[in-house]
Amino acid sequence: MSDLREELKQRIIEQLNLEELTLADIDNELPLFGDGLGLDSIDVLELIVLLEKDYGIKLSDSELGKEIFASIDKMARYIEANRTK
Amino acid sequence: MKNRKLYINGVSSISAQPENAGFSVEPKRYQQNIIPAVSPDYKQFIPPKAQRRLSKAIKMGLSAAKMALSEAGNNSPDAIITGTGEGCKADTEKFLEAILNQDEKLLTPTAFIQSTHNTIGGQLAQSLECAGYNVTYTQNSASLESALIDCELLFLEDPEIRSVLVGGVDELSPQMTPFMYLDHQLKQEEIYNGDLLKTNSRGSIASEGAHFFSISSEESGKTYAELKAVSVFQARAPREVSEKIRQELQLLGYNIEELDLVILGNNGDNRYDHFYHQLQNGLFSETAQLAYKHVSGEYKTASGYGLWLGCKIFKTGRIPTIFKLNAIACQNPKTILLYNQYLGDNHSIMILSSK
Amino acid sequence: MDRGIAVTAMGIISALGSGAEEHYRALGAGKTGISYPEILKTNHATLPVGEVKFANDALAGRLSLPKVHLCTRAALLGILAAREAIGQAGLTREELKETGFISGTSVGGIDATEKYYQQYIENPDHRRFIQAQHPGFTTSVIASQLGLEGYISTISTACSSSANAIMLGARLIKAGKLKRVVVGGTDCLTKFTLNGFNSLMILSGEPCRAFDDARDGLNLGEGAAYLVLEAEEVINGKPVLGRISGYGNANDAFHQTASSETGQGAFLAIKKALAIAGLFPENIDYINAHGTGTKNNDLSESTAILRVFGERLPEFSSTKAFTGHALAASGALEAVFSLLSLQKDQIFPNLNFKIPMSQTGLIPVFELKEKKLQHILSNSFGFGGNCSSLIFSKYEK
Repeated sequence: MSDLREELKQRIIEQLNLEELTLADIDNELPLFGDGLGLDSIDVLELIVLLEKDYGIKLSDSELGKEIFASIDKMARYIEANRTK
Repeated sequence: MKNRKLYINGVSSISAQPENAGFSVEPKRYQQNIIPAVSPDYKQFIPPKAQRRLSKAIKMGLSAAKMALSEAGNNSPDAIITGTGEGCKADTEKFLEAILNQDEKLLTPTAFIQSTHNTIGGQLAQSLECAGYNVTYTQNSASLESALIDCELLFLEDPEIRSVLVGGVDELSPQMTPFMYLDHQLKQEEIYNGDLLKTNSRGSIASEGAHFFSISSEESGKTYAELKAVSVFQARAPREVSEKIRQELQLLGYNIEELDLVILGNNGDNRYDHFYHQLQNGLFSETAQLAYKHVSGEYKTASGYGLWLGCKIFKTGRIPTIFKLNAIACQNPKTILLYNQYLGDNHSIMILSSK
Repeated sequence: MDRGIAVTAMGIISALGSGAEEHYRALGAGKTGISYPEILKTNHATLPVGEVKFANDALAGRLSLPKVHLCTRAALLGILAAREAIGQAGLTREELKETGFISGTSVGGIDATEKYYQQYIENPDHRRFIQAQHPGFTTSVIASQLGLEGYISTISTACSSSANAIMLGARLIKAGKLKRVVVGGTDCLTKFTLNGFNSLMILSGEPCRAFDDARDGLNLGEGAAYLVLEAEEVINGKPVLGRISGYGNANDAFHQTASSETGQGAFLAIKKALAIAGLFPENIDYINAHGTGTKNNDLSESTAILRVFGERLPEFSSTKAFTGHALAASGALEAVFSLLSLQKDQIFPNLNFKIPMSQTGLIPVFELKEKKLQHILSNSFGFGGNCSSLIFSKYEK
């Protein structure tokens, strides 16, 4: 279970160019948006593509994205429930 | 409408050369035709977290803009006008290649958003919280000049305008820049940049850079120069260029003899440098002549380097030998004229006077 | 009294057809030009677009171009539109040599880049389009084809480009820098922009419904439109189609692609335009809105116009459901529509509208409406926070 979370952290660091961060810097519960990691609406779109490319989940509503990507933990649970890859 | 004098109070240059190349530092020598710019420490101008999405064009543009503003002691311009000939080319290429290689699937938006040519102007507006007039010009080698013409117009129309930030930015890109070998915009043979103007072949060398200018209606202790005139025009033959230059000088009440120095955009392309050579042997035969593209490389907003050079010459009173095209001496120039064209098109003139 | 800069001619091409007449007929009949991509070869063939139903060869044929030419699709559209305008104004070759040309484009020329990008290295045939990636290339090609030799420039401020081009032309004439200028813009459908907007998830899978509560995105379009602006002393009795009496440019300074909640950039641009025109908000008879059909723009724009006009909001509509959003060209297309409205005293409908937005309850004009019109506000808001507004006025009969 924790593998997926570590994998997500790695993917996010690569996809969003967060070069100066390490896996350890991203706590599973850390809010990814706003004051936590500071991601924004453009990052939501990037993560939506990541969801489809790596896990086969198609999200057609970007508003939903912000909820699903609220934290690594939330994201992992959503993927576990819906992945087709 | 009221004609006010315009002063350049802050300048900046990010280019293939370290700042002050030729003045207090030896210019860098390159043995290649595609020359990347020397990056400053971007962290000084852009928070590291914000840099993650930014292409070199955007980083250069934001940094150079802030440098010029800081020099002028004014972080709140009333308007921001940028010029870029090829825009954010690296992100354009990235997004385009993704489309072509991934068959239009699974495309991420960042490169697309960053590829829009006005993004530098837009991000500057955000960063400086400037809601004022904001436009981006993309007219090939007259992009920066178009921005300056608009700047002049703003000061003329609106007495509330006190300062305008104007700049030119262009960047190299991994694939599209090398395409320039294929259509002879780049020389086929790799040369040492210092020899550029001695070659006798098609094409030039490519580089990138950002040059920003803080322009104000108020002269200050920081003032580099007065911007007297900017003009962009079409011309098929060199004599049309001579004619246009005479007209521009006449409008300002100058004779050709009162011109102390000319800074020309010779770029080593033997198909088009005759525009400059005819002036060098004709209209400007008695004037001190400089060139800069053998130092800065060629790109659509390289004339920004020339403008920056003119300002530095006024401020320091020195003319580094590396830029000299002829042996006519010039001490403490008072009036400088810049002339540029690219591939025989988008001819431009800028005239500066010392304060 | 300064009535503004005279527009003496216009030319246009879009999904609605070629020429002002054809456009007027479609607008009057409520006949949309939205369809599906046929000429643009894309995998996203189910996305509605406003496509000009002529392939490049057909467009080149209309211009009698030689087989090997430098015209990108954006240039072909641009030449056709500008040629109509120049023809209407009856400009001679000598006059064209002194006439300026300011064109707005967002990616003009990239249609060629994406077509030939993977061939340049192996095949020399299309290398003349290597420079087509630069927006100025398309502008220079159009100017050259039409003999325009005055001041030439290109503006790229995304969706507000041609509005800014029109504004610059008017300002240059007002300042006495030019006597005559052709202004407007061109953009064509490209895989680049279609995929770009798709990656931003702001394209609708349906024909767009601006200002509707259930709106879910825009449809891309293509086209070109140009106006001929002339200083008073050179009009020489030509009919004046309308005047550019006001213009304003401001930056939202909020986000690269989204508009602020308060619509601050839009608000400022509209206020500036009113100030230049010397008009009060209540003098505006109709607003041709930017109205792209995205959740973000339509709410932001509504907020802005409510802030300016308050309770006395003039009639408004978005015409983008006719043509699609032609990006940089949209400001110029809508300038032509505004001038047509002025001439005919008619407001063209906001197609596909059903339910007002819950946040505002605003209802656009959704059927062709006869109304005496003297001052029309036209909005164009783009990425990078670039907001521009133009006011077109009728002083001549």
